[in-house]
Amino acid sequence: MIYLPHTHEDIISMLRVLGVDNLDDLFSTVPEDCRFNGDLHLPDALTEWELNDHMSALSDTMAVSPEYKMFMGAGSYEHFIPASVSYLLSRSEFVTSYTPYQPEMSQGTLQAIYEYQTLAARLLGMEVATASHYDGATALAEALLMAVRITKRKKVAISSLIHPLYRRVVQTYFEPTGTEVVVLPYLDTGITDAAGLDEMDDLAAVAIQSPNFFGCIENLRLFAQKAHDKKSLFVASFTEALAYGLFKSPGSQGADIAGGEGQSLGIPRSFGGPALGILASSKKHMRSLPGRLVGKTKDLDGKTGFVLTLATREQHIRREKATSNICTNNSLCALAAAMYMASLGGTGIRKLARLNHDKAEYLKKELKKAGFGISFDSRTFNEFVVEFPSGFEASHRHLLEKKIIAGLCLAPYYPELSNHYLLCVTETRSKEDMDTLVREVKS
Amino acid sequence: MKESSGATGLLLNEPLLWEKGKKGRCGFSLPRRDVDPCSLDEDLMGEGPDFPDLSEIDVVRHYTRLSQWNFGVDTGMYPLGSCTMKYSPKTNEKQAGLPGFTGAHPLLPPELSQGALKIMFECEKYLNEITGMYATTLQPAAGAHGELTGMLIIYACHKKQGKQRLKIIVPDTAHGTNPASVSLCGFRPVPVTSNEQGILSVEAVAEIMDQDTAGIMLTNPNTLGLFEENIRKIAKIVHDKGGIVYCDGANMNAVMGVVKMGDIGIDIMQLNLHKTFSTPHGGGGPGSGPVSVAKHLEPFLPVPRVVEENGAYILAEDYPDSIGKISAFHGAFGVVIKAYSYIRRMGPENLKKASRLAVLNANYIKEMLKGTLHLPYDRPCMHECVFSDKHQAVYKIATLDMAKRLMDYGFHPPTIYFPLVVPGAIMVEPTETESKETIDQFIEAFKAIANEAGENPDLLHDAPKNCKVKRLDEVTAARKPCLAG
Repeated sequence: MIYLPHTHEDIISMLRVLGVDNLDDLFSTVPEDCRFNGDLHLPDALTEWELNDHMSALSDTMAVSPEYKMFMGAGSYEHFIPASVSYLLSRSEFVTSYTPYQPEMSQGTLQAIYEYQTLAARLLGMEVATASHYDGATALAEALLMAVRITKRKKVAISSLIHPLYRRVVQTYFEPTGTEVVVLPYLDTGITDAAGLDEMDDLAAVAIQSPNFFGCIENLRLFAQKAHDKKSLFVASFTEALAYGLFKSPGSQGADIAGGEGQSLGIPRSFGGPALGILASSKKHMRSLPGRLVGKTKDLDGKTGFVLTLATREQHIRREKATSNICTNNSLCALAAAMYMASLGGTGIRKLARLNHDKAEYLKKELKKAGFGISFDSRTFNEFVVEFPSGFEASHRHLLEKKIIAGLCLAPYYPELSNHYLLCVTETRSKEDMDTLVREVKS
Repeated sequence: MKESSGATGLLLNEPLLWEKGKKGRCGFSLPRRDVDPCSLDEDLMGEGPDFPDLSEIDVVRHYTRLSQWNFGVDTGMYPLGSCTMKYSPKTNEKQAGLPGFTGAHPLLPPELSQGALKIMFECEKYLNEITGMYATTLQPAAGAHGELTGMLIIYACHKKQGKQRLKIIVPDTAHGTNPASVSLCGFRPVPVTSNEQGILSVEAVAEIMDQDTAGIMLTNPNTLGLFEENIRKIAKIVHDKGGIVYCDGANMNAVMGVVKMGDIGIDIMQLNLHKTFSTPHGGGGPGSGPVSVAKHLEPFLPVPRVVEENGAYILAEDYPDSIGKISAFHGAFGVVIKAYSYIRRMGPENLKKASRLAVLNANYIKEMLKGTLHLPYDRPCMHECVFSDKHQAVYKIATLDMAKRLMDYGFHPPTIYFPLVVPGAIMVEPTETESKETIDQFIEAFKAIANEAGENPDLLHDAPKNCKVKRLDEVTAARKPCLAG
C-alpha cells in the first residue's frame, strides 16, 4: 500500500529490536476481552484509478454551475474564485502544516493569519479578529456566549431575521446553559422590530444580522444604541461578508462583537463546509475572545515575527476555565479568505460588491415589470424576497428540470410567508441568465 | 551518521500585505458589467475596507514566499503526539476538488445532490463499522466540536429521563478540550487521577462515581499512549449508576481493526478525521469531528440525518429528541470527502495494518531512545510514547531547548509539556507513514542533541538557528498584544 512505506524486512528488523516475534505481540496491553479478532466489513481497497472513476460518477450527480443556474444564497454564495487563490492554497507547506505551536518553523502560517485577522477586522470595522471559527452559526453562538461571560447576564435577544439555521445552532448551544434566548419579531418592511427592546433591561446582548435573511439591510446603529442604553452588548451577524465591501461596517455602527460567515471570500460552497466563522470585537473585550489569536513580536535578533498569543484564554492552558473549547479551527479557510481579499483589493471589492448589488436590482426590476411582488420595501444587497403566485411550487420544480434553481422557498422557515421565495444574484449570474429566469417564471 | 536534513535554504523576506501594493492595482479579474449601475443610498454606503491594492503577481509572490517559511508533513517528519500527523494522500485533494462537490449548495433538493448524500451515508456506515458503534453524525466541524456534541447528547439523554446530573468525571491526563467541552455544556468536571502505571484504576473511578454524575469522559488509548486496560470494568461502574461513557477518539489510530470501541463499553465517542483519517491539518484546520453513538443514543443525534428511502438518499428532520443543530449545514463536507477517499483507498486490511505499524513505530522509538531520554512509564506503548527531560536537567537543559534544537536537524518537534501528569513531557507520535530510515534519522538526531546538551548546551539554548526567525518574545506578545496591522 503506497502510503505504508514499511517493507517486510523493515518490520522484521524493528520487531527484533523490540524482542518480539510479530506485530500481535505489540498489543499485549490490550486485554483479551477488549480485542476484536475479526475483519472490518468495509469495501475492498480501490486503486487510485478506480477511486477517480467512483468519485467522478458521484460528482456528476450534483446540480452545479455551469450546467445549473443558481439563484439561491441563504447562507451559501456562489462567487468567482481566482485561479491564483486555488493554486496558492494548494501549496503543501500551508496544507500539511499544523497549528503553529512551534512558531519558528511556522512563520508562513502565522504571518498569513495575522494578515487575515487584520483584513477581517478592517472589513468589519472592528479592532480585533480571531484566527477563525467553524462557520457563521458557531461564530454567532460564540459571540453570544462571550457577551454572557462579559456582562454576567442570563438573557440574549436575537432577531427572527437571523438565518433560521443559525438560530437553531444558537438554541442548541444555549440549551444547557440556562441562558434565555428571546427572539425579536420583524416588521412588514422586512427588517427587525426594535420596539420590544425598550422593555428588556437584563440582556447580555442584542444580535442582528445584516444583510438579514430576507436580504434587507438593517439599521445597525439603532440597535447598537438601544443595546447600549441598557448596558447590553451589540452583536452584529452576517452570512454574506461581501456586503461590507459596499455598506457601512458593523464596527462603524457601534457593534461590540461581530460574528458571521466568510464563505463568500474565496471559499467554495462544498455542500456547506468547511466554512469560515469570522469573529471580531473591540480591543476592550479582547481577552474574552474565544479561539486563537496571532500576535506580532520580535525574535532574539530583533527581527519581526509572529506567534500565537493570549493563550491563557484557551483550552490547552485554562482547560475548564477557557473562553471556549475550540482547538482545531478553520485556518486554511481563513488563509483562502486572506488571499481572496488580497487579490480583490480595496478598489476591487467595492466594484465587485457594487456589481452584485446592481445585478440583483436588475432582476428585482425585471420581476416587478413582469408583475411579481417584491415582498419587502427595504434596501437589499444581493438577495431579496419575491412573492410568487399560489401554487408556484410546481413551477419551481419545472424550473429545476430546466436547470434553473429559482431561489429558496421561505415557507418551511416562515410559515406565514408561503409562496415567498428568497432569490440571490451574484456576479456569477449574467443578464441573459436573469432574462431567462424572468421569461420562464412568467410563462 | 548520514547528514541530517537540517540545513538553511534561500528564505526570502516578505513584508505584510498592506506594506505592498499601489492604489488601482488588482489581482482579481472583475466580471463583465452587463447591467446598469444603480443609485445607492448615501446613508447606507460605507467607505469600503482599507485593503491594499495588489496585482496577481504581488499576491502570488507573497504567499509563495510565506509558504517557504513553513514546515509541513510534506517537508519532513512531524511527530506531534496526539495529533496523528500522518501523510495526506494527494488523491484526496483531487476528489474534494471535483466541481460537483465544490460547487454544491448545501440546501439543494436531495434529488439534485445524491452524490454528496451517498458519500455522507456510506462514510457514516464505515465509521460505525470501524468504531463498533450504531450511528454516526458528520455534522461537528472539529474534535472539540464533536466533544461538545457528545456532552450535549449526554445532557439531553439525562434530561429526557427527568434527571439533571451536574458532573462529568475527567481523568488528569485529559486533553484540554475535554474539561473545556464539559464546562461549555454546563457540567462540572470532576478530576480522577491515573495510577502509577499511567492508566485509570477501577477503585479511583468507583470512589467518585455517583447518582449525580452524568458520565465519564475518558480517552482510549490515553494521552500517555497507554491502553486503558480497566475500561470494561470502569464502564460497568459508570453504567451501574446510570452514567454514560464518552470516549475521546483522538487516538483511534492505534486500534483500527484491533479494538471496537462499541464492544468495550463506550456509549459515545468522537473521531478526528484530520488525525486518524489522513485529512490535512491546514495550519490549524479545518478538521472534522464525527460523533458515533450506541443505539440508545441515536435519537439525540443532530439533524438532519441522511436516510436511505426507496433506493435514494433523503435528509430527515423528524427526530423529536435530537439536540438540534451543531453546524449551520452538514458539517465539513469537503473534509469528509477526503476521509471517505482514504477509507476507500486503504480498505479494511490496510486500515488495520496502519494501526499495527503506527504502534510498531512508536514502540521502536521508545526502545531506541529510552537510554537517552527519561521514560516515565517503561511499558509497551500504543501509537505514541512519552519521555521527559529529567536526564537533561543536570545540564540545565529543558524539554523546550531540545525541541527547538530538533528543528535545526530538520524535524518538527514532538508535543511538549503535555500531558500535564509528566513534567517536561515529550510526546512522540510518529504515525505509520514514516519509514524506518526517517525514524532512524529522528532517533540519531535526538541522541546527537542529548549529547550536545552535555558538551555544548548553548547550541540548544540558542536554537533554532536554521529557521526564518530565532526564538520569539512571547512574553511581550502577551503583555502588549498587537493582533492587527
